[in-house]
Amino acid sequence: MALLDQIRKSEIYKSIFRHSYQDTQRNRALQIVDNVFLHLHPVRVPRHATNIGYTWGMGGITFLLFIVLTITGVILMFYYRPTAQYAYEDMKYLMNDVPFGPLMRNMHRWAAHAMVLTVMLHMFRVFLTGSYKPPRQFNWVVGVILLVLTLLLSFSGYLLPWDQLAIWAVTVGTNMARATPLLGHEGPFGAELGMRINNDVRFVLLGGTEVGPPTLLRFYVGHCIFLPLIAAIFMIVHFWRVRKDGGISGPESKKNV
Amino acid sequence: MADQVAPDLENSNVPAAPAPPATPGAAPAPSQISQTALPRKPKQDRPPEQDPGIWRMNRRNLLSVAGWMGFFGFILASTVGALRYMFPRVLFEPPTKFKAGFPQDFVIGEVSEKYKDEKRVWIVREKDGFYALISICTHLGCTPRWLPGESKFKCPCHGSGFYKTGINFEGPAPRPLERAQIGLTDNGEIEIDRSIKFLYEKNEWAKEGSFLPFLG
Repeated sequence: MALLDQIRKSEIYKSIFRHSYQDTQRNRALQIVDNVFLHLHPVRVPRHATNIGYTWGMGGITFLLFIVLTITGVILMFYYRPTAQYAYEDMKYLMNDVPFGPLMRNMHRWAAHAMVLTVMLHMFRVFLTGSYKPPRQFNWVVGVILLVLTLLLSFSGYLLPWDQLAIWAVTVGTNMARATPLLGHEGPFGAELGMRINNDVRFVLLGGTEVGPPTLLRFYVGHCIFLPLIAAIFMIVHFWRVRKDGGISGPESKKNV
Repeated sequence: MADQVAPDLENSNVPAAPAPPATPGAAPAPSQISQTALPRKPKQDRPPEQDPGIWRMNRRNLLSVAGWMGFFGFILASTVGALRYMFPRVLFEPPTKFKAGFPQDFVIGEVSEKYKDEKRVWIVREKDGFYALISICTHLGCTPRWLPGESKFKCPCHGSGFYKTGINFEGPAPRPLERAQIGLTDNGEIEIDRSIKFLYEKNEWAKEGSFLPFLG
């Protein structure tokens, strides 16, 4: 007990835990506000916000899946090399010989599929409850950007196993970029603006005129660094705006009904 | 700096001073104050802080503007550089122009898949000559397969089918396969350039280069 007291009174302990466990309104609020991780969460949660039937918890689950994907993704990066020579072999190695490799890869794969689903369900719930209406209209726009980023993350990750399915799916997917207005060489006004197969938007995506080793590297960097960074920035804005626009939306209060 | 500005302000607050400082609301610019309040001196004697110059800019403004121009110029140039960076100068892809052997090596009526894997081109020999079809499905870009038994090209992705001529007849493909330029080199070898295409729907299959007449 004396030791415990000594630890509690030490400089280090008091630097990390600034408030006691006193169960008062003020102390509980301070515990949240003074913690960098907890302060992202509101100090007070309205009763309706805990109603799963209303929110479905889809936004939170999406964020949880993003965290799962970040962690398992970093773990996969220890074995995966994004070059045409090794990518497929490394994927096979992960799935067959790396201890817990299949678990890590499957977690990443299934969480990725699930995240696309939960993002859409979250959007559907927000639409059904009218939570896109003012003052939350800007956050709807941020949400749409996050949806697009989620789909791009999903698409870019699809190429990385470097098998036939991946290569042809990305071939088909990026062929659509040929028809981009103005920026694609087969799109409206593309040819007039000097777009050719080796200088249009598809060329930048692929790093060549067809899906090849440069494409694998570009998609890898985009999938592991660029897109998650952009998505994280928009997520910060998204969560911050939820708080600033009056917290999570709820059913209309009984007074107005 | 402050010391040099101070006398100027005092001057403008003197009751006997000319009109401009006395009018409330319309606060005149400092440069105007100095010009009206101070007796006009030859330009070289005026302190540079009060001299707006031809661009109406004093020394401090100039440094500030130059600083910001430098900053945004750097950002702009870096952005342009980063964008250009994404367009490689050298591509490690097979050349689009290649020699495909002598015409006598091909059998009349057969579709040669010899160059399909490497160059994505079929070479078709008919009685009266050759044509080269690019083996990219016109639906979404997969590689169809030549089925000799059914005498058609069939795409495994979404089931598009093409006749031996390249004309589409089933599945979602919206237009026929594209033909590549085909010709003979000086020593009689077939030469194909798949960067030059001939599109049926633009009536380009009648053009020279889309078909290599050969009897032999």
